[in-house]
Amino acid sequence: MKPLRVTSHSIACAAGIGLPALSAALRNRASGLRLNDFGESPLATWIGRVAGVEDVRLPDHLLEWDCRNSRLAWMGLNSDGFLERAVAARNRYGADRVALVLGTSTSSIGATEEAYRRLLPDGQYPEDLRRPMAHTPHSTGDFVRAALAVEGVVVTVGTACSSSAKAFAQAERLMRLGIADAAIVGGVDSLCGSVLFGFNSLELVSPEPCRPFDVARRGISIGEAGGFALLERDGERGPWLLGYGESSDAHHMSSPHPQGLGARLAIEAAFESAGLTPDVVDYINLHGTASQRNDEVEARVVADLFPAATRASSTKGWTGHTLGAAGIVEAVITFLAMEGGFVPGTLNARELDPACGPQVRLSNEPADVRVALSNSFGFGGSNCALLFGRDAHA
Amino acid sequence: MPESMAPPYTAFVEGVALWAPRIPGWSVARPVLRGESEAQAQPAPRPAPVLLAPTERRRAPDTVAIALEVAVGACENAGADPRELASVFACTEGDLAISDYMSETLARTPTLISPTRFHNSVHNAAAGYWTIGTGCMRPYTALSAHRYTFGEGLLEALVQAESNGRATLLVAYDIESRGPLATMAPSRGIVGAAVIVTPTAGARSLARIRWSTARGTERTAPLPRNAELVAGNAMAACLPFFEAIAIQEDRTVRLGLNQSLSLEVHFEFPTRDDGRRP
Repeated sequence: MKPLRVTSHSIACAAGIGLPALSAALRNRASGLRLNDFGESPLATWIGRVAGVEDVRLPDHLLEWDCRNSRLAWMGLNSDGFLERAVAARNRYGADRVALVLGTSTSSIGATEEAYRRLLPDGQYPEDLRRPMAHTPHSTGDFVRAALAVEGVVVTVGTACSSSAKAFAQAERLMRLGIADAAIVGGVDSLCGSVLFGFNSLELVSPEPCRPFDVARRGISIGEAGGFALLERDGERGPWLLGYGESSDAHHMSSPHPQGLGARLAIEAAFESAGLTPDVVDYINLHGTASQRNDEVEARVVADLFPAATRASSTKGWTGHTLGAAGIVEAVITFLAMEGGFVPGTLNARELDPACGPQVRLSNEPADVRVALSNSFGFGGSNCALLFGRDAHA
Repeated sequence: MPESMAPPYTAFVEGVALWAPRIPGWSVARPVLRGESEAQAQPAPRPAPVLLAPTERRRAPDTVAIALEVAVGACENAGADPRELASVFACTEGDLAISDYMSETLARTPTLISPTRFHNSVHNAAAGYWTIGTGCMRPYTALSAHRYTFGEGLLEALVQAESNGRATLLVAYDIESRGPLATMAPSRGIVGAAVIVTPTAGARSLARIRWSTARGTERTAPLPRNAELVAGNAMAACLPFFEAIAIQEDRTVRLGLNQSLSLEVHFEFPTRDDGRRP
């Protein structure tokens, strides 16, 4: 594929609201995880909760979409000057020439959960929650469409934890065929009962802060985040999307392929689309959820495919697993690594699983990151790997 | 005339399937859409997905059952190997029954959430079961776009076929809403629709289409005699596309992509020697 430039990006996650805050947290190894205080009867686990989401007040013309997910999206849009740059792009290209492709796993379901907790005696929704666009999977995409007043293709991708990574792929295809001249991609997922109690029911939730790739890891820490990226064919600054690969495991709804076959196919497809080989990769941001199966399988795949010198880490010890937003959060972290000349290690992990090769690093290290890979794997066996470059040609 | 936004691209329709309670399957639906027969009076029971093991078949959510039914139907209609197909799963509201169950259980006894229902609640559950059931390792995606879900889903399937040069399966479906959520996300009955699109003509091509995106709010309405077959379902907007394939007359179908943008699909039905009809 012809590389696309990421001319602007933004982030709001537990480890930092805005790029400078996230960069500082990564460098200082300051985790954003905290003991679960979400909801009325919180499970004994740790979460990546974004401070201040409850206090966000949406502009009046966007109140139709008001819910935790939209507020988190609003925080992400208002971070790092993204909103202004997205609006400028809209005005430059024309509102219907800018595509919007956003990923989420649970979208606005938190608002539906709240309505069910507060049903009126006659079984009706409370009046303040009688807003259809806050109770539908497309809530996320439609809110951002309204917030940015874009009129191009608008889609919400829901492939669980690969959602916002796959948004980059879908947007690239739309731009390649000339259906859009620019695209806003990203994802938003917010804490809600469905994911906290749902992952708990699958016994995947850790009672302590998650420890990706640790031999004694005990499961995931669920997080929330909103992040965005503006893709253009060229621009004055910003990293480049060099390639991507997608695949399906065809194995199990909630467990990865035991040999990581789907993950391999996605990574290999990313190299093929970029015309690159694994030896050019300086840093891999791993999916690394700290679940038993994911980390074991992913560690083996990386050990097999990459040279020993490639640095790899999971950053979920900082952010938690932000589910449908993981793709954009971790894309943004690879951008920080490219710009900042360092790679984050794997926070909270102390002793690596023996399945790990020499690639997986615990400590932060200074490094010249020219090419980075970001892995996202989701429930239902949906895999996506993104390749980014500091320059258009690696 | 609407203003075309992107160069028109060519694609071929290789196989279709359509399921609604009174037209359960393409062989039943096609003559009804053509006005040659009546829809059945009694609604059919929900389909049983043959791709799943018998024990899973009974427990499968409605979204999975309908999606697998039409996905299998389109592959059979096209004579296509499912393992060779990339796929796009488009669903407006997700599994409304599971959303109702999850929200109600969370309000009362959150620690009793069923792990199976939780992993079936993801928007890509049907796509996951499809790839597991067929052994397909090609990529799928799962998307929604509220009232424009069918148009956006078809666009993504056409875009994938054109940009990857590979046959792509679109599976579009919505089910009946339940409980209090039904007041916010109304949807009646079960509707599923599937189509395989390819960038090049095959021996079994049903139609050649020229497609483009265009400004404009004009949208093709279903024929009045057919509209009731899917009325009230959140995927009702799929009908004009399948009417065009059933009726087999050259025409342009305009599907909404958003408030101001359309997907224009111009159908051409070349004269065929073998007399094969969709």
